[in-house]
Amino acid sequence: MELSESFFGRHFGITERDLQSYLSTALSRGGDYADLYFEYLASTSLSIDEAIVKSATQGVTMGMGVRVLSGERTGYAYTDSLEPDKIRHAAAVAACIADGPATEPVAGFTEAARRDLYPVLSAPADQPLAERVKLVQRADEAARSCDPRVFQVQAVYIDNIKHVLVATSDGVLSFDRQPMARLAVSVLAREDGGVPQRGFAGGGGRVELPFFSNGHSPESFAREAARQAIVQLDAVEAPAGEQTVVLAPGWPGILLHEAVGHGLEADFNRKGVSAFSGRVGELVASPIVTVVDDGTMHSRRGSLNVDDEGQMTQRTVLIENGVLRGYLQDRLSSSITKAAATGNGRRESYHHVPMPRMTNTFMLAGESDPDDIVRSVKKGIYCRNFGGGQVNITNGDFVFSATESYLIEDGRVTRPVRGATLIGNGPESLKQVSMVGHDLKLDEGMGICGKDGQSVPVGVGLPTVRLDKMTVGGTA
Amino acid sequence: MDAIAIAADAAARARALGATDSEATVSEGSEFSAEIRLGQVEQVKEAGSSAIGIRVLVGTNTGSSYTSDFSAEGIDAMVARAMELARITTPDPYAGLPDPIDLGSVAGDLAIYSEATAAMEAPLKIELARRAERAALDTDPRINNSEGATFTSRLSLTAFVNSRGFEGSYRSSSCSLSCSPVAADNGRMERDYWFSLGRGPAQLDSPEEVGRKAAGRVLRRLNPRKVPTQKAAVVFEPRVARSIAGHLFELVSGDAIYRGSSMFAGKLGQTVASAKLTLVDDGTLPGLFGTTPFDDEGVPSRRTTVISAGVLNSFLLNSYAARKLGLRTTGSASRGITGNASVGHGNLFIAPGEASAADLLRAAGTGLYVTELMGFGFNPVTGDYSRGATGLWIENGELAYPVSEVTIAANFADMLMAVTPGSDLEFLGSVAAPALLFPEVTISGT
Repeated sequence: MELSESFFGRHFGITERDLQSYLSTALSRGGDYADLYFEYLASTSLSIDEAIVKSATQGVTMGMGVRVLSGERTGYAYTDSLEPDKIRHAAAVAACIADGPATEPVAGFTEAARRDLYPVLSAPADQPLAERVKLVQRADEAARSCDPRVFQVQAVYIDNIKHVLVATSDGVLSFDRQPMARLAVSVLAREDGGVPQRGFAGGGGRVELPFFSNGHSPESFAREAARQAIVQLDAVEAPAGEQTVVLAPGWPGILLHEAVGHGLEADFNRKGVSAFSGRVGELVASPIVTVVDDGTMHSRRGSLNVDDEGQMTQRTVLIENGVLRGYLQDRLSSSITKAAATGNGRRESYHHVPMPRMTNTFMLAGESDPDDIVRSVKKGIYCRNFGGGQVNITNGDFVFSATESYLIEDGRVTRPVRGATLIGNGPESLKQVSMVGHDLKLDEGMGICGKDGQSVPVGVGLPTVRLDKMTVGGTA
Repeated sequence: MDAIAIAADAAARARALGATDSEATVSEGSEFSAEIRLGQVEQVKEAGSSAIGIRVLVGTNTGSSYTSDFSAEGIDAMVARAMELARITTPDPYAGLPDPIDLGSVAGDLAIYSEATAAMEAPLKIELARRAERAALDTDPRINNSEGATFTSRLSLTAFVNSRGFEGSYRSSSCSLSCSPVAADNGRMERDYWFSLGRGPAQLDSPEEVGRKAAGRVLRRLNPRKVPTQKAAVVFEPRVARSIAGHLFELVSGDAIYRGSSMFAGKLGQTVASAKLTLVDDGTLPGLFGTTPFDDEGVPSRRTTVISAGVLNSFLLNSYAARKLGLRTTGSASRGITGNASVGHGNLFIAPGEASAADLLRAAGTGLYVTELMGFGFNPVTGDYSRGATGLWIENGELAYPVSEVTIAANFADMLMAVTPGSDLEFLGSVAAPALLFPEVTISGT
């Protein structure tokens, strides 16, 4: 695609000459590298609460950011306006990070190779609002009608389309059009005036409306949210102390995101502040554990055709048969450490500087039968759903909060237990993995990852896994 | 046009298109940040931005939209979009703006804008961050690395107009200095941080103090142990105790009350905590970070005693939650620039008690002094509380050795009934608490 046919060419008349000129301004005081990131984001959000569609919001944000790298220094400035004088001003501000004679961007651009991991059929803004409202209404009705103990339902549907253009002083030009949609249902259920319990389910990805009629219906999410709340009505106290833990496939993959994913981001390792720093080639997990980060999966929430620095995304092996293989790189870290790029330079928006971030992070399937894994445990807990997690990358301690789990007694999943936080240490916890199921499953497409004040969508995945020992934060 | 005039114009355009009511917010801001690491400038960021949002009511249907395009066409498109969205929402008898009698603004200087912040030059900001990190690195040879020190400053202007006659705007400023040193001993690294913030630079602690405090915090974490699973006391240091005030906010927020998603629903006037616990929300305290002249619906900020000596005295309410519950707004509406308001708070704090930090440790006897919490293990519906914790073990009423990789768990209702607040209240943001003693929780370790 030519720039003139791209979104920013057509709507804002931006030409290669303009981009060259802005990059020259950015490098007017020297510097090794500069890039421009243009973004246009149109969003819709609809919500139902108490069976009333109380809120409908649509809006547009757009702007661009200029980054200048000089050694390990970064200068950054942004503007909400795509007027040339505003862009030039931002470029001049970012330029101040360097202090020397001007450098010149390479002449001409080469467009990054094109991929289409998430075809956009029609801009969401062109799809009838009424159809999107129906999604939250159907979710509300389904949750209410599936069980009389459900007394409160909220459903939120959010979609957006983001147009991105990246131009770099070393001549890379990339365009991308990134759709995203998400439907989430939360439910409260109560038995005979007792203590209510909540359930939460949903799904989405880099998809459009038809996704929600093909096996990801509002009804299926509503029933799942109601099921979780109702299971919890009979929950007993969770155990306290070290337990054998079996993680269900799918969303419990948040374990990997916290235990190893963040600690393998190259910025922390370049600075030597991660518990995994300097450990490439070492055994950091059980030999049956292989973990990958893959930004190239079709329509997944964490996928990108090209990252926010114009670099192609890829499948990166992080841990192979228990051995640490490498880190997730952005441009700055890979250039300083002379490591190969991995296409993990991401940012929340044009207000933000890119950083190494995960895309879709999961453990490859193993050989065990999931039922055998549960049967192998005399006493422990089986965790099926989680809320959020967090990690201290420096000492490696991480937590993730189980919202639906059960006791395992004599090889059988028995009573549900109350919500509890699990805590472990990154480089140690994956050594506790003694069985990996053949049932790899990816999450439903709801994940949000926060780092340094920036949120980006991500995916996780996991087969059924047995950890011989992990600390469970219950009260019993 | 100034920001109020722009907002008023947008609100009037909506009325001209048939909106029964409308409200518009204009937000302008600028930010600066400088990060220093190992003495070198690592990143400097500087930018400004602005946006406008509108919410319309057509009868009792609402629609909302926003844009960063301030051209006449941009504003028109935004207003038309909000009007169109009002056609697809459901009539809601409780939707509306606050009663005109509730609208207004706190008079007088709230000291939330400092010219000195606006006047600060970049080299000084960079130098402050450099000094903070230097002080941390110079404290002890075991501090051999750093996640850097950062100086940030922000200036913002908020203007709000509604069709019931409210027009108001205010400027605010903030600056902060933080430092995150890394220390290593016996092959394991630890990091911690400290920070100082103010509306203006004069309120900041010296960079050396910030750096030394951060250094002290990271050094005391070195060589942690994991303790056996047991029931014991915990004392939350003030920085961590703020999270308890945050959980209390979730429980008293009017949205959660009318939905029944708070364990405090239906408990107004009842005892929900120890008589030692008083929770206050005050959006009028000069110079603090939760202070504003009016809330995000144009209702004046005020002081509300939320929990008075253990008794639930008031929820925090915006006009919608107030109507749902048959109560009156407490000036606690919160939103970005668009959409239906949710419930927020001003300066929300647990009132200090009599006990010094040493008294609390003595009263605890044996247990964990918590200096960091991890994760999201609080369920406001049931009160299930379970979080990852780091801290120092308390033996015979004194701090003994560092502890990590444990969890603490209890039911939040039981925790509140047994809590003792300390005397050391410090505002490190819009939520504050003194140290808190909980005499018995479950600590999970080995």
